[in-house]
Amino acid sequence: MENMRYEYPAKRPVTRRAHVGVVGSGDLEVLLTPSPTANAEVVIRTSVDGYEHVWKSVLDRFFLRYDGAAKFELNDFGATPGVVMLRLSEAVEVSDASDASDSGDTR
Amino acid sequence: MTTQESFLARHSFIEMTARERAHALLDAGTYRELLGPFDKLESPWLAMQSIVCQSDDGAVIARGSLGGEPAVIAAIEPAFQGGSIGEVSGAKIAAALELALGEIEAGHPIRPVILFETGGVRLQEANLGLAAIAEIQAAIVALRRHVPVVGVIGGMVGCFGGMSLAAALCTGLVMTRQARLGMNGPEVIEQEAGVAELDASDRRLIWSMIGGEERVAVGLADTLVEDDTAQVRDAVLAAFGRGVPAQHRSEDVDGFIERLARVNPDDIDPDTLRTLWTGAGGQNR
Repeated sequence: MENMRYEYPAKRPVTRRAHVGVVGSGDLEVLLTPSPTANAEVVIRTSVDGYEHVWKSVLDRFFLRYDGAAKFELNDFGATPGVVMLRLSEAVEVSDASDASDSGDTR
Repeated sequence: MTTQESFLARHSFIEMTARERAHALLDAGTYRELLGPFDKLESPWLAMQSIVCQSDDGAVIARGSLGGEPAVIAAIEPAFQGGSIGEVSGAKIAAALELALGEIEAGHPIRPVILFETGGVRLQEANLGLAAIAEIQAAIVALRRHVPVVGVIGGMVGCFGGMSLAAALCTGLVMTRQARLGMNGPEVIEQEAGVAELDASDRRLIWSMIGGEERVAVGLADTLVEDDTAQVRDAVLAAFGRGVPAQHRSEDVDGFIERLARVNPDDIDPDTLRTLWTGAGGQNR
């Protein structure tokens, strides 16, 4: 198991948390919460060691477009970079959707 | 509706996560989760063994209403560690059932449902998981005197080990054809007793022994449903509709001893068992 932490600049606040995915084979869980700071923060726990450079690439790419001040907690069980990207986008989509509908937590 | 149309109209229960399953069973708009992912009640033992935790430890506890009555659903996540019961996930399920008992004793109706999907105890947490399973079993027995405790085994993990005993204690048990229910899983039996005893790769054989269809046919489970959320929900509601029976299946000790006496271990197969057990004395419920 490996732990990683990254920070990215953000431009707008995030108000709603979101939870997507499960810690199942080839998948990961993403918990998105409003960041206490003005930056975005990513905390990763992964079952697969030695792929820090791949994580960095995936996140660099994701944060080219995403500018919310959110904290992302990732519990990963061997997801491929494509799945990681999908789950991150899904978490953002759920968070933004509940921003609009004010429905609070989603499944 | 043609066979193809009715197949396409189905909404798979098996393919959903534990959270989605609980959501789908409760009345629309009533889902409320207790100790959800953001409460981060994780296993304290997995990280020490270099295993990534899940924020809800694989157990989803949801309150809401079911058929208009207050309900609590404890759903086990099949994808996380094989649905295994650890100290935390087990305590969450046991506590949910104990809270339901408190509600009932205070005169408030509640419908308890357990969505089983588990290989049994989480080996990394050993006795702590086993203790939690014992608490779950005790809570089911305490609760079922007042209200039916309804279990669902959706598949594809199935329900094994100590949790198979918890399932057996339930008032009503709903299974899909894909679901399996047994004490020891086929792989464990093959590993311990040899491939001559049981070939775990023989799926047809395995399902004919411990699959939902056989378990319902011999009366160890109550309702066989297709892998369809509406059918699962209807079966759960029907189980509550039947109320608390005069005698629970697990209380029929004499009946089961008598049934076992009819079995010749040297000459038994799934079809013979059905004939033996659904005849006089072994009434299928």
